[in-house]
Amino acid sequence: MVENRPWLTVLSHATVIVGVVIIAFPIWVTFVASTHDAATMMRSPLPLWPGSHMIENYKHILTEGYGEGLSRIPVIVTLTNSMVMALGVAIGKILISILASFAIVYFRFPLRMFFFWAIFVTLMLPVEVRIVPTYGVVASLGMLDSYPGLIIPLIASATATFLFRQFFLSVPDELTEAARVDGASPMRFFRDILLPMSRTSIAALFVIQFIYGWNQYLWPLLITTKESFYTIVMTVSREANVAESVPQWNLLMAMAMLAMLPPVLVVVFMQRLFVRGLVDTEK
Amino acid sequence: MEKRVTFNQRWLPYLLVGPQMAVTLVFFFWPSGEAAWQSMLVEDAFGGNSKFVWFQNFAQLFQDSAYFDSARLTVVFSALVASLGLALALLLAVMADRVIRGASIYKTFLVWPYAVAPAVAGVLWGFLFNPSVGIVTYLLQEVGVTFNYVSNGNQALFLVIVASIWNQVSYNFLFFLAGLQSIPKSLIEAAAIDGAGPGRRFWDIVFPLLSPTGFFLLVVNVIYAFIGTFGVVSALTSGGPGNATNILVYKVWNDGFRGQDLGGSSAQSVILMAVMVLLTIVQFRFIERRVNY
Repeated sequence: MVENRPWLTVLSHATVIVGVVIIAFPIWVTFVASTHDAATMMRSPLPLWPGSHMIENYKHILTEGYGEGLSRIPVIVTLTNSMVMALGVAIGKILISILASFAIVYFRFPLRMFFFWAIFVTLMLPVEVRIVPTYGVVASLGMLDSYPGLIIPLIASATATFLFRQFFLSVPDELTEAARVDGASPMRFFRDILLPMSRTSIAALFVIQFIYGWNQYLWPLLITTKESFYTIVMTVSREANVAESVPQWNLLMAMAMLAMLPPVLVVVFMQRLFVRGLVDTEK
Repeated sequence: MEKRVTFNQRWLPYLLVGPQMAVTLVFFFWPSGEAAWQSMLVEDAFGGNSKFVWFQNFAQLFQDSAYFDSARLTVVFSALVASLGLALALLLAVMADRVIRGASIYKTFLVWPYAVAPAVAGVLWGFLFNPSVGIVTYLLQEVGVTFNYVSNGNQALFLVIVASIWNQVSYNFLFFLAGLQSIPKSLIEAAAIDGAGPGRRFWDIVFPLLSPTGFFLLVVNVIYAFIGTFGVVSALTSGGPGNATNILVYKVWNDGFRGQDLGGSSAQSVILMAVMVLLTIVQFRFIERRVNY
């Protein structure tokens, strides 16, 4: 602080606190809704303080599912699907992109720049803008209603490749020279030197991509028709929009809480890695 | 930038880029090519045959007032989401930067909306403003405002904008905060010694130094508003009521899957892709400039 202006400090605290309260309000209301019984949630005004049906509601959706509308699938299944998808996307992306950037940075070969640009272009077109034809391709490959269909189309992305390229370029050449003098093969160099050095980048990227994979909505919505492949984010939104029926808010909001929980925990407990991942992937 | 020291191997590098290229070719180039191709086809009304019609789908699109309405809506929507979202995040970041005690707790509370899926964010805000039981609707009713986003187009748009900003505010906040913390304290101190008050210091020193971050965030936010808000719109309003929240990215999906107008939807896809390419080029141009700042 440059100078002491008490009123300004108070104002700063006040503004931030108001901001925090407004930002947290939707989550609080959701949590409160998930702890009451169905009857309470039908009458306006709704309570603003938690009720006593929390364990009951969560147990119900986890084991029996939401019960009405489109799916009776237990939330434990959709949670598992989301977890498989998020982990698959995060690990898949990291795996294929770290290998590709290793090739592009550490080798000279014909078509190298072509590969680089081909990967670069994918950065520009998120799956939403080419959704219809991508669906067609996945359908013709017979990958609808399958984990590979949920995961593999989403691991084509340039951000991770760029991040690793950037990082590899900053690794001193002396290390490569030393490895070559010692007669290490490229893969040995990759495994014993580059991989351990990239640990933090990998972790940061993992956090970002896990959230990205978990929060996917349009893609699972399109390519899954079997309930056993539904993810939690898409079920929450689908159940909220069942035509001609009033949602059971207490159960729906319990489901929403569970849909938010894993990525929020990741962000809160790995905050440093998360921030680093965000800043790195946008560079 | 290139490496001076490299390995000499003939086949290994192809093996290494192989998986990435395979995925990119199959799930990126193939569908994009398909989109370009289908944007020039018209399907027979009775199904089955399709005819090559050059740019007729595009011509039709440009004569379609619904498309222009959607485009205009997207521009207004994106402008509002980006400008209000940035202003709010900047305010919070500046205030959080001033605070010394408790700063990291505030930060923790401000970062997590990023982790909430846009589709879930849509559901949460829909619940808050639900016409029959929503708690905010109730409070508004108490002060004499009737809020029904299911039937009122402007209110629906308002709600979609609010939910979109909420979902993106932590991202903007983090980047602004990082930008603020990288401004040398000595500059601020020098200005203070010269007698500049906090407001003056902000507008004359902090704000200009923050403008690269701001511009970067502007591009990211416009891209977010164009594409990333799909989940919010889908979960909250499905483009309605009427077409009040039918932004371009939602229209592509709606026309293609609900309307079964593959040619028209593909033409829209192609246009949207062009816009995205343009925005990304702007983003990269700018980032290169920032490096040499």
